[in-house]
Amino acid sequence: MTDDADVVIVGGGPAGLAAAIELRRRGVGRVVVLEREADAGGIPRHTDHLGFGVRDLRCLLSGPAYAARYVRLAQTAGVDVRTETSVTGWERPRTLAITAPSGRGSVRGAAIVLATGCRERPRAARLVPGARPLGVFTTGALQQLVHLEKQRVARRAVVVGAEHVSFSAVVTLAHAGATTAAIVTAEPRRQSHGALVWATAGWRRVPILTDTIVSRIAGRRRVEGVEVTNVVSGATRTIDCDAVVFTGDWIPDHELARTGGVVVDATRGPRVDTALRTSEPGVFAAGNLVHAAEAGDVAALSGRHAAAAVAAFLRSGSWPATPPVPIVCRPPLRWISPGAIAGDARPPRDRFVMRVGAWIDDARLEVSQGGRRLWQARYRTLVPRRSIALDATWIAAVDREGPEITVAVDRQ
Amino acid sequence: MSVAITGSGGRARMSAASGAAATFDIAVVGAGVVGAAIARELARYRLCILVLEAAADVGAGTSKANTAILHTGFDAKPGTLEAELVRRGHALLARHATDAGIPVERLGALLVAWNEEERTALPGIAARARQNGYAAVRDVDAAELYAREPALAPGALAALEIPDESIVCPFTTPLAFATEAVVNGATLILQAPLVAIARGGNGGAHALRTPRGEFHARWVVNAAGLGADDVDRLFGHTRFTVAPRRGELVVFDKLARPLLRHIVLPVPTARTKGVLVSPTVLGNLVLGPTADDVPDKSATESTAAGLDALMRQGRRLLPALADEEVTAVYVGLRAATEHGDYQIHFHPEQRYVCVAGIRSTGLTASMAIAEHVRDGLRDGGLVLEPRADFQAVRMPNIGEASPRPYCRADLIAADPDYGRIVCHCERVTRREIVDAARAAIPARSLDGLRRRTRATFGRCQGFYCTAAVTRLLADASGRTVAELLGAER
Repeated sequence: MTDDADVVIVGGGPAGLAAAIELRRRGVGRVVVLEREADAGGIPRHTDHLGFGVRDLRCLLSGPAYAARYVRLAQTAGVDVRTETSVTGWERPRTLAITAPSGRGSVRGAAIVLATGCRERPRAARLVPGARPLGVFTTGALQQLVHLEKQRVARRAVVVGAEHVSFSAVVTLAHAGATTAAIVTAEPRRQSHGALVWATAGWRRVPILTDTIVSRIAGRRRVEGVEVTNVVSGATRTIDCDAVVFTGDWIPDHELARTGGVVVDATRGPRVDTALRTSEPGVFAAGNLVHAAEAGDVAALSGRHAAAAVAAFLRSGSWPATPPVPIVCRPPLRWISPGAIAGDARPPRDRFVMRVGAWIDDARLEVSQGGRRLWQARYRTLVPRRSIALDATWIAAVDREGPEITVAVDRQ
Repeated sequence: MSVAITGSGGRARMSAASGAAATFDIAVVGAGVVGAAIARELARYRLCILVLEAAADVGAGTSKANTAILHTGFDAKPGTLEAELVRRGHALLARHATDAGIPVERLGALLVAWNEEERTALPGIAARARQNGYAAVRDVDAAELYAREPALAPGALAALEIPDESIVCPFTTPLAFATEAVVNGATLILQAPLVAIARGGNGGAHALRTPRGEFHARWVVNAAGLGADDVDRLFGHTRFTVAPRRGELVVFDKLARPLLRHIVLPVPTARTKGVLVSPTVLGNLVLGPTADDVPDKSATESTAAGLDALMRQGRRLLPALADEEVTAVYVGLRAATEHGDYQIHFHPEQRYVCVAGIRSTGLTASMAIAEHVRDGLRDGGLVLEPRADFQAVRMPNIGEASPRPYCRADLIAADPDYGRIVCHCERVTRREIVDAARAAIPARSLDGLRRRTRATFGRCQGFYCTAAVTRLLADASGRTVAELLGAER
């Protein structure tokens, strides 16, 4: 039995819900959001601190309040949000197989929006050696145990990573009555900004060990400690702890995109053009699936942006005939999103987001096409795994039939 | 915590107060795949069976961390007991798996020669296979090899095809055996390492001392794996030492699964079968194992050097692996001894059987070892009277090749909880978790649940579902989330 909808959105986090609400506002009839969890709202459901909603809803909310707000807005807008509904694959192009308590089924959309979000790389994916005891978490698992299950999961933890989310993990640990023994990062400096670091780890006097990796996890049933190694000096030391939290190092949840034949780029998510179209006709992608990871409101604005292009596609039924012009990052730049230019569409929030693979101070970024410089700008510091915004004013100058666009760094 | 699991048909009953029981006919020490297979085989007869397991679950030692290949035995040393039992075990397990719900896929193996030296070794390997009674080995030239394995790195010269090499589930296999034993009356005591023994003379029973109490059994089968030399010494023998050989394994994301169709084997060396890359029955790719002699029987930690070597090797074999994520890392210790063959010894005068040195082929050979042990026991004077009421057991098939509950409309219609996916990466439903917590040998830990259902086994390693899965297991097993996380205060 196949269900029909104008738009089927996979994922009921900020991006998916914001896309759905905007589609309804634009007069699209049947908008279905498929959410595999029992509650929609996505990651913010268990990110219990302030900082959500500023750029999209113009207010300051906690994660759970933000998630609840979006669910209400979606209901009010007449979005069909189906929870406990897992998409298990593609039956045909634009037709998704689903499993729900009501049974197996499929849903066909005139358009599909993939908004499946992202997750943190777990310990195994980072190839951290040692024993495999209990007490090894990602921030996502930690937050759910602490905020949804009200568990005191650790006494003394080591946090791996020094991105924004790493400092959020310190707060979650404190909320659960656990101290953070150390923050460990292989980078030469922490990647979050001073105010956030002070508000979380600084006043708690949590040491931040830079140039440092976890070289071994020890423990029989439960974590008993970690061995850390300074990658510059080679010195090792042991830190007593009963938990290790692997934070950040985001990867898009791209399974459905990949099994649907959608082209994936250096983001590890679908390659999208500035209208958030993927390589598959009628299939769009938005939110942290295409830029892992940005804040919730940025993901929501990405979803809202996709809605405009989806609505236009539903009206015209047309999909760009010529392939988009890809944008390629030269190392040490890692990726840019959206990763292609098609038509006149501007990217969400009128800017591209990028990531860089190494620290670069006083960098000059240059955008060019076939040797022709389109744009350049100076950046004081480019920080790995931290969002870098790239102004989009130059896209008017792109030759739509021209070669690929490159973004490169000129070290000063 | 309850650690005794007694089947309904058992004649000996645990006495809760003393931890002691009536005398068992036979005690199997070790519930790895070998011990569990022996217990299952003996449960077909009118015997009162005890199984003592040192760990907190069945199959939780060497049995759970291996390459999970159902070997044909084509490369075994001809004339050895191992060669014979592997060949027979392959046939027995391949047949039994279908009925027992044990995931098996007959993918076939390609043994690839990457240089001239290896190519010249291929005819010898083929000849040895025929010597071992396996005639289906076939030469494959480079063109055919790449037609069948297009993602393989360039440079392979030739290969041998071994069409009956299969992959099997290393988790379900020991569980299925042990469950069948328990359902048919065997008593399983977990967390009960054998610490001392008072040998019964003159027809008297042996007294087996464990932290869970003292048990009495007329016969003892030593299937203690890594601890088999210690148990053997308790019976006064000093004929081998278990020298654990560590094997590290890397499991790649399910999205890497389409890269490979067969088990891809290297040309073996004198010491090891070498590093293979293979699909798994759960729909991943596995790469490994390394082979390091380690002094410690508990040295199951992965190492930076081992993982680094595997990753390099993996990319060399299958360059596209460089773009795929690692899902999990495992380490197993093969229970090797200084001898080239299995150490199976019968001592009717002591009413004792030693089943040791099973190395890495135990999963394949387990059912044949069990038959071999049964026959030896019968020859040694144990009376084996078949049971008319033997109950076969079918396990939930967790393999990718069999329809999973989440895609079965009939199951979801019967209970909507089969339609509630809790672990999204592995698509494990709420009801499967409850089923595992209530099984004959229930899941008592997150690890145990993982081996029974795949929950949290997948690419996110619990990012999404740790909290929900732990809560479900806690509620279904009458324990707390903190206990399951090892966070009791």
